[in-house]
Amino acid sequence: MKIHEYQAKEIFRRFGVPTPRGEMVTTAEDARKVAQNLGVPVVVVKAQIHAGGRGKGGGVKLARSAGEAAQLASKILGMNLITPQTGPGGRIVRRLLIEEGLDIKRELYLSILVDRAVEAPVVMASAAGGMEIEEVAKENPAAILRETIRPAVGLQPYIARKLAFGLGLTAEQAQAAVPFLQSLCRAFVETDASLAEINPLVVTGDGRLIALDAKMNLDDNALYRHKDLLELRDLDEEDPLEVEASNYKLNYIKLDGTVGCMVNGAGLAMATMDIIKLAGGAPANFLDVGGGASADQVKNAFTILTSDKEVRSVFINIFGGILRCDVLATGVVAAARELQLKLPVIVRMEGTNVEQGRQILRDSGLNFTIGQDMKDGAEKAVRLAGGAR
Amino acid sequence: MSVLVNEMTRVIVQGLTGREGGFHASQMIAYGTKVVAGVTPGKGGTLHNDVPVFNTVAEAARQTHANAAAVFVPPPFAADAILEAIDAELPLVVCITEGVPTLDMVRVAAALRGSQTRLIGPNCPGIISPGKCKIGIMPGQIHREGHVGVVSRSGTLTYEAVGQLTHLGIGQSTCIGIGGDPIIGTSFLDSIRLFNDDPDTHAIIMIGEIGGNAEQQAAEFIKGRVRKPVVGFIAGQTAPPGRRMGHAGAIISGGTGTAKEKYEVMAAAGIHCVQSPAEIGETLAAVIDKSVAR
Repeated sequence: MKIHEYQAKEIFRRFGVPTPRGEMVTTAEDARKVAQNLGVPVVVVKAQIHAGGRGKGGGVKLARSAGEAAQLASKILGMNLITPQTGPGGRIVRRLLIEEGLDIKRELYLSILVDRAVEAPVVMASAAGGMEIEEVAKENPAAILRETIRPAVGLQPYIARKLAFGLGLTAEQAQAAVPFLQSLCRAFVETDASLAEINPLVVTGDGRLIALDAKMNLDDNALYRHKDLLELRDLDEEDPLEVEASNYKLNYIKLDGTVGCMVNGAGLAMATMDIIKLAGGAPANFLDVGGGASADQVKNAFTILTSDKEVRSVFINIFGGILRCDVLATGVVAAARELQLKLPVIVRMEGTNVEQGRQILRDSGLNFTIGQDMKDGAEKAVRLAGGAR
Repeated sequence: MSVLVNEMTRVIVQGLTGREGGFHASQMIAYGTKVVAGVTPGKGGTLHNDVPVFNTVAEAARQTHANAAAVFVPPPFAADAILEAIDAELPLVVCITEGVPTLDMVRVAAALRGSQTRLIGPNCPGIISPGKCKIGIMPGQIHREGHVGVVSRSGTLTYEAVGQLTHLGIGQSTCIGIGGDPIIGTSFLDSIRLFNDDPDTHAIIMIGEIGGNAEQQAAEFIKGRVRKPVVGFIAGQTAPPGRRMGHAGAIISGGTGTAKEKYEVMAAAGIHCVQSPAEIGETLAAVIDKSVAR
């Protein structure tokens, strides 16, 4: 789960990671009040969306008075912010973070994430603050410092000192880096994060280390034990269809093609998208109805797919195995009938009683086409998507 | 022959009295797997579908001489269940459970190092040596005894590939579903090593997907060390970057872990790369001497 910068900073503060003072607002008037209360010569107005590169898109501005902060806020609130990470569609800005401006002496990069290869969290740091870490990795991989956090040992002070001196911090700053990093590590572990990134981490004129920016991603699988963090989900940042699908516990990702896909299993669902592309079409979505592909889930999946107005045909690709195809077909027919489905539906299924299943589809009198195998099904689905256009 | 599981495998099912565990245990037994015990804390001393239930894995292992465990417990308790099986020094643990928190798996991975145990999964269909032993949720009847080793991060996509092989009359030595999570017990590399050392495995199919670089690591090993033909497929050629495609581990992050990059490394390692998931079986059939591999 992605969360906003201001939410990540609230978590940081809770664990003792220093951040600039500031508050989230949703109106220009509140922006003025917060700017006034901060009582500093310069405040920063930052658009809060779930995408990086906000500065480049005009979503981060400096204000030299409370009035200017209010002015900028009214301009940014409601704007469609387009950044390198939002895609051409952009995102509507609904929330702002108003923060004190700082006297910045150095900008560094710091993050903690789970490294799959070492099977543990790692700290990554670089002196090139403000740059995307992927860029640094490409251009100068040696400039990235990495330290593994072993679960039995945790983040020991020496690891923090090693990184701090590696970044060229002074002895005094390295001293401050120890509690900073240990707090960040605790924030990461205790929220079950998959990423905690500070870019930039700044050294101020008076030598303090402060998380100027903050990005956190949380492990969806662990949210069951963090009920408080669940409230940080911002549905405005998600595709409405994806939100609806998640209510049904369907794994759905909207894409921009015309062939709707309904598949059991994530790997097969991806492979189905691929084979549609190979057949000359474009998948409208990724959709995993779950290994069992129950009648209810099939119906829910139809509801989602038919809400996508781009969809011209629906390709159902189910490798049943243990699941009986006659049961599956009965569910598909009932759902299509109940929803009065008009779209061509191509069904490819494999498993026990496959012939009986096909017969049920043929006898239904509905608009079903049988795919003999995955390739045949994909080709028919692409053809019918084109023909219906 | 086969790898990791065979006629001698004696299985404890952790979570036997649950809905999933109970159903799949009976399927495993119907396939011929020796399910010798179940573990459900508090239900020790009872029988479940004629299988004796114990309170702890250690007790079950001691009394039944089991040498493998299948974990079917819900995600919040899965790491604990795996750790209990490691503690009981079972040589093989197969965790089917989907949705185990990543930081739980960090602790499990640490416990596995230097232990007696090999873990398969989590979030996987399990492992099967056709005709001998099945530990997991895969449909047994689509498999056929033979000489092709299959290793995959996916469930149903593996069934698809196996179905294609069986349809062509090509059997499998062992099929390993390693799971779709970022941190898993047995990797592609581990599985390929096992297949490479198994005299009865004559060819290998590797089914990967976007995210991470486990396929690339295996490809490097294959390049230097594997003389058996390897056919490879990567799911997610059309997946958008930055989105988690169902599996927790299937995500292109920071531009790395793409299908394209994996295919390039795999092709350079001499792996026969398949672009279409419908052509995995026929590609394998084309590259092997069928008389040997069947």
